[in-house]
Amino acid sequence: MTIGKMERKVSKLMHLDMTLVLFLVFIAITLGITAWASRRSGSSASFFAANRSITAWQNGVAVAGDYMSAASFLGIAGLIAFFGYDGFLYSVGWLVAYLTVLLIVAEPLRNAGKYTMADVLAYRMNPRPVRAMASLSTLVVSTFYMIAQMIGAGSLVALLLKGSGVSFTVAVTCVGILMIIYVVFGGMLATTWVQIIKAVLLIAGTILLSVLVVAHFHFSITEFFQAVGNVTYHTPDGKTVVKDFMTPGLRFKLPYGPLELISLGVALIFGTAGLPHILVRFYTVPDAKTARHSVVWAMMIIGSFYIMTTFLGFGAATIVGRDFIAKNGGTNMSAPLLAKAIAGDVFFAFICAIAFATILAVVAGLTISASTSFAHDFWTNVIHNGVERKQGEERMVARIAAFVVGLIAISIAIILGPTANVAFLVALAFAVAASANLPVIVFSIYWKKFNTAGAVCGLLFGLVGSVALILIGPSIMGVDPPTVVGAARHAIQHAPIFPLENPGILSVPIGFAGALLGTFLGKKDPRAIQRFEELEVRANTGLGSEKATAH
Amino acid sequence: MATLKSTGNGTESGKTKWDRVQEMDEFRLLILAKKEFVVPATVFFVIYYFALPVLVGYAPGLMSRKVLGPINLAYLFALSQFFVAWGIAFAYVGAARKFDKFGAHILETLKREGYDDRQDGKEGL
Repeated sequence: MTIGKMERKVSKLMHLDMTLVLFLVFIAITLGITAWASRRSGSSASFFAANRSITAWQNGVAVAGDYMSAASFLGIAGLIAFFGYDGFLYSVGWLVAYLTVLLIVAEPLRNAGKYTMADVLAYRMNPRPVRAMASLSTLVVSTFYMIAQMIGAGSLVALLLKGSGVSFTVAVTCVGILMIIYVVFGGMLATTWVQIIKAVLLIAGTILLSVLVVAHFHFSITEFFQAVGNVTYHTPDGKTVVKDFMTPGLRFKLPYGPLELISLGVALIFGTAGLPHILVRFYTVPDAKTARHSVVWAMMIIGSFYIMTTFLGFGAATIVGRDFIAKNGGTNMSAPLLAKAIAGDVFFAFICAIAFATILAVVAGLTISASTSFAHDFWTNVIHNGVERKQGEERMVARIAAFVVGLIAISIAIILGPTANVAFLVALAFAVAASANLPVIVFSIYWKKFNTAGAVCGLLFGLVGSVALILIGPSIMGVDPPTVVGAARHAIQHAPIFPLENPGILSVPIGFAGALLGTFLGKKDPRAIQRFEELEVRANTGLGSEKATAH
Repeated sequence: MATLKSTGNGTESGKTKWDRVQEMDEFRLLILAKKEFVVPATVFFVIYYFALPVLVGYAPGLMSRKVLGPINLAYLFALSQFFVAWGIAFAYVGAARKFDKFGAHILETLKREGYDDRQDGKEGL
């Protein structure tokens, strides 16, 4: 063994140890928080809504932590590193989406609901069918999103700790067990603080990385963008290509590229305000005004982060290069490899640990929203007609549901395996949220004539429409050459019937159409109209809203 | 929830507090003020946002034009989306101060008239 080789080996082991140590430090801190929170989760309001005592900035940071997934941190950096400007378009949609949350959904939801999205939908309607459908759509959105995150987590952790013997299966199981522990023992309070810590770490890491990238270009933005204008890489057949990475259209090409972008935009803009795990966060604050301010905090943090993806992505494209990233783990490794290239192994370990924390916080948020909806909407309100038979029963059911949801997500992630194409699961989650949840939320709050039939039809059409369009779209259907085997092969070997991966452009109108159709064909609902006046007063004044409890 | 009136704890003539608020001028003004801000703001941000994928997708030549040293129109337009979104958010927070004042006033009037707010929160949930 030559000295150079030995040095490399030693350095590799060092960064492995460093990464592992940082992982363990994060796990230890979050478990400590869970233990602290578990002593305070004595009532339903504390377990499901952190006593409604979270402040505006805390909730803003937690929303950011709940929302900025590995897909944004690693995924967008990778897309920009490989396709330049087109990747940055994702960043824009993820922020602008919060205007829908701020202007239309957050405050009425906080004023009129208790624990879940369905509280607002069922307020005027016949609660059982509406809650059953809303709970189904919550579970679909949350579990699909969660499976995508878990597979991402598994392959990422396995890749980061390559050489340490941690396999995909072990990584997925560890992530799953941790998220179950946070939620089952710590409830919403522990989940909130895990999300806050993660968001602070993620922002700190991103700022540091961005400053280092600009420093690499002698603190000259002009020099940086000049380099972005001349990115050199090699195509698979060995040709050298020089491209201006500021040019749009490197990924989304005609004929369907622009439509795909618009459709993705529709799903993001209208889907974020229908994501159950984001909506439940607004029940953790004392009132609507705090909910409003927390959205603005979240927008500041999320927006700053997405602007900085410019430096992460273009930095990886110019400093590390597409060729090197492709050979060392692929698009998702762009940000960590950039950290390694400009600041060495310790910083690489730090960025890897942040990526790990990012995934954990998001899956914990998804688990708690899914299990709360099952316990509160389905168990208590649909099966037992709105009566909690024993004190604390709802909480117990939620804990069991979190455990079961966690186990299911772990199993499906392991069965699908690390090579599964999971991008469509995220697209599906956003499409269902935008097509099923949002139309019904908006009509419930703002349309007097809206009725039970309309709510059920809207949820059903949106849900079935999105799933069907994805099933007949290019994520599932496609003709592969025989060389493509295993999980990478399309499930149905036939040309796709629907040309877009993101169904939003068609499925959102389907959801709205379902809600309209149900309302006009369904029975007149005088109670829903009467209760609308009540809901309108409640949603706009906060009269009778759930109060914060002392802790 | 057996009858329509059972959810409010009205005082005289069986009128619920919800009915009472519905007939207040301040409440109508509150709804109107909200609409006046939220509807145009939503229309504006939706159009402004979708202009980006439409222009970038269908007029890539125009959007690739370098306008600020090495920086092209496409990037500047994308970047402007962040500041426009923040601007709308802050404008909304400003406008919402007025909404909060209306709200507080309505709750005060109710209290003066003897409507009770303590037993609420569990209705219909």
